[in-house]
Amino acid sequence: MSDWKVFCRLDDIPVLGSRRIARNGSTDVAIFRNGDNKVFALLDRCPHKGGPLSQGIVFGDSVACPLHNWTIGLDDGCAKSPDVGCTQRFSVDVKGSDVLLDVEELTTLALGPTVVPARAALGAETAAAERPAV
Amino acid sequence: MKKMKLVMVGNGMAGVRTLEELLKIAPHLYDIAIFGAEPHPNYNRILLSPVLAGEQTLDEIVLNPLSWYAEHGIKLHLGKKVVDVNRARRVVVAEDGTEESYDRLLIATGSNPFIPPLPGRDLQGVIAFRDIADTNAMIETAKTHKHAVVIGGGLLGLEAANGLVSRGMDVTLVHIAPWLMDRQLDDVAGDLLRKSLELRGMKFRVETHTQELVGGPHGRVTAVKFKDGSETPADLVVIAAGIRPNTQLAEKIGLHCLRGIVVNDTMQTVTDPRIYSVGECAAHRGIAYGLVAPLFEQGKVCATHLAEFGIGRYAGSTTSTKLKVTGIDLFSAGNFMGGADCEEIVMSDPYGGVYKKLVIQDDRLVGACLYGDTVDGSFYFKLLREGRRIGDMRDKLMFGESHLGDAGHQGQNKAAAMADSDEVCGCNGVSKGAICKAIKDKGLFTIEEVRKITKASASCGSCTGLVEQLLMFTAGGDYSAAPRKKAMCACTDASHQEVRETIRAEHLLTIDDVYRRLSWRTPNGCASCRPAVNYYLISTWPKQAKDDPQSHFINERSHANIQKDGTYSVVPRMWGGTTNSSELRRIADTIDKFKIPTVKVTGGQRIDLLGVKKEDLPAVWQSLGMPSGHAYGKTLRTVKTCVGSEWCRFGTQDSTRLGIDLERALWRMYAPHKVKLAVSGCPRNCAESGIKDVGIIGVDSGWEVYVAGNAGIKTEVAQFFVKLKTAEEVLEYAGAFLQLYREEGWYLERTVHYVARVGLDYCKARVLDDAANRKALWERLQFSLDGEPDPWFEFEKAGVDARQFQPLGVI
Repeated sequence: MSDWKVFCRLDDIPVLGSRRIARNGSTDVAIFRNGDNKVFALLDRCPHKGGPLSQGIVFGDSVACPLHNWTIGLDDGCAKSPDVGCTQRFSVDVKGSDVLLDVEELTTLALGPTVVPARAALGAETAAAERPAV
Repeated sequence: MKKMKLVMVGNGMAGVRTLEELLKIAPHLYDIAIFGAEPHPNYNRILLSPVLAGEQTLDEIVLNPLSWYAEHGIKLHLGKKVVDVNRARRVVVAEDGTEESYDRLLIATGSNPFIPPLPGRDLQGVIAFRDIADTNAMIETAKTHKHAVVIGGGLLGLEAANGLVSRGMDVTLVHIAPWLMDRQLDDVAGDLLRKSLELRGMKFRVETHTQELVGGPHGRVTAVKFKDGSETPADLVVIAAGIRPNTQLAEKIGLHCLRGIVVNDTMQTVTDPRIYSVGECAAHRGIAYGLVAPLFEQGKVCATHLAEFGIGRYAGSTTSTKLKVTGIDLFSAGNFMGGADCEEIVMSDPYGGVYKKLVIQDDRLVGACLYGDTVDGSFYFKLLREGRRIGDMRDKLMFGESHLGDAGHQGQNKAAAMADSDEVCGCNGVSKGAICKAIKDKGLFTIEEVRKITKASASCGSCTGLVEQLLMFTAGGDYSAAPRKKAMCACTDASHQEVRETIRAEHLLTIDDVYRRLSWRTPNGCASCRPAVNYYLISTWPKQAKDDPQSHFINERSHANIQKDGTYSVVPRMWGGTTNSSELRRIADTIDKFKIPTVKVTGGQRIDLLGVKKEDLPAVWQSLGMPSGHAYGKTLRTVKTCVGSEWCRFGTQDSTRLGIDLERALWRMYAPHKVKLAVSGCPRNCAESGIKDVGIIGVDSGWEVYVAGNAGIKTEVAQFFVKLKTAEEVLEYAGAFLQLYREEGWYLERTVHYVARVGLDYCKARVLDDAANRKALWERLQFSLDGEPDPWFEFEKAGVDARQFQPLGVI
């Protein structure tokens, strides 16, 4: 069952820019607005190394991932050749100036957090170890 | 709608490449038919030499198998030579009577070997070296016969001779000129080449004219007779006396031909607008090219016009030469012979088998001839093409570009000596084997293609020379022939320089104006050109052109550095690397309050807080209460200082003070790329001024200023710029140099590359010799920076979109 909900107005998204919808415990969903005022929604995770696509540069019908500059199609969520891979896309509807997404999709598709290769928490450990006992 | 018909005459590399480009951009526009005189699908003609030498097989050099033609619905007429075209009825006619009608005709008939009018040229056993049939004939003859003579000591003749030697034949190479490859090499290099080939068992007769080819009773060649009366036995004669554009058909059907089929910049024949021509048969601006890269460039341009996009012009290429004989490294380009008004720099080590000659004219490199060590070939080729002055690097020129600080590939400079598992590209972890496989499997020919597909040499670029060598060995492609002008990106044909100049000359103020004026192909550019154009606008017209936040990379939009997990790092500014207890206390409190996981001291004497969530950025900045460190931008980053005369027992000048003054004067300065400064208080140089964009070293009598150093990918020592007396002068001179770079540098070009491009002497002339210009530059910089906001605290003025820090909603 679709469950369309207004999340923002078109003007809340910058032209050639993006906003995010936070999902509790799961990766955000990025909402993009391109130069023709078309609106797209993708899982905020590049198929390459999980970079947040919402932070990329939007051009034409694409966004360039901020981490390693893969180009992802906004329409289908797929990487442009020669790179390969797709991220989840979400349905969007623009009614007048309202931007709607399907809550059903948001709560069922591509759940779970983005897993980035573990970063050794060096600084934190050292700091904790060196902190004098109170 | 009925499809148009495209017929191609010739089934070779340039033509098929043109169709590939066409199918990429307009897959359904045409019904395509191809006539090929040879009975084979398109193969890599350049690799016939390795096939002859037994290093590759015929199967391996096929570029487009028959299945490719079928997949794209191309009608293929193999083994059918086209004998006529009726231009009025638009019909192509083959020898066997096959006809195809066309709306567009592409003539890609390549070239024919030139056979001099020698008596006996029609004897059996006399062949050229041009196609698979010739190659097979040589391979077969080598099995049953002993003596071979190759006539012509150019590239092709040498490759043929080398192949026949490795197939066990006794080979004599006959050459008219006094030394081998006289069109590509000077006498010294030519003789070195001859000696090393003699060691392989090849025999030579230079300065020798052939009189006739002598036949035996069965009509087969038995000997070659020379003009001096001598003779040498021959069961096989390979004539490699050069090639001529194959214009037979074109001339017959009345197309204008002059050293090739004459075409314009869109590869359209000048005679018939329905007929195009690419490849070795086409004469563009008087030149018929014989190398792969320019021909593919032509193919690309031609494809856009066949696709009716009406964009793209071919402007010619500069070419260089390499020999495809395994184990022999040889490179030449330009006027390598020199002449009356030329100077030469020569390095000769005949025992080590290395010879390098650089030819200089009017302070510019005009020719290069390298034998034995060609790793710097592409560097010289670049200098040659760009025609920049070399006076300031003359003393180092012979040692090439890669003499210092190349990292990431274990100091290797001979790709052939590397194992398949050896890493070539240290940035992206690409091995030699992976690169060679991609070149073979995907049919890559240019360095750009290899970069795109494998990512090798796509990041720092220091392994470019190695990747080029691999291309050479694997595909035989002449990657180094480059278009004279490099477009900014695929969105446009305009170069960085043209965009800069147009913005200034026509007072353009918005990105859209630029795109419209220069006919951009895309509505809002791409992630590569838009930031560049935006920078050119705001640096050319400060206070007039409006900065576009959406044309900045994320780091410059969020004013922090994005990390691999999507969090950010924050670096507050510490003037000249100095701080105090209250700043440190605030930093410590911020770390605790926002649970910042990693704290790191940077190479630029700052403190880096890593792992900050995007939502927390504004609050972290408020909590720190320190100015933005701009560690995230193409901006002035840091001014690194030593403690200087205030504390140091060796210090001669107050380097900390000057460093702070410089940083206060220059902070918030956007530039083509990041800018790093350092000030040392004495020649011990503890602040490492020698590897900075502007490095200053205090001496007893004042300050020495160095510019264009770099510590990154390529370690480059900064060059001495000027000696000054006072700190005020240092500000003015350093500021003027940086403003020159800001106004003229190409986006993402560091000072080291900018100065390498324009020449240090040019910078000196603009900044040192011309006092009025220096003052004007310094004033323009101050005008640009005056009133610039701190983006961490003045969101509105700095164009920071605060909405980015908050999600639209939470589900």
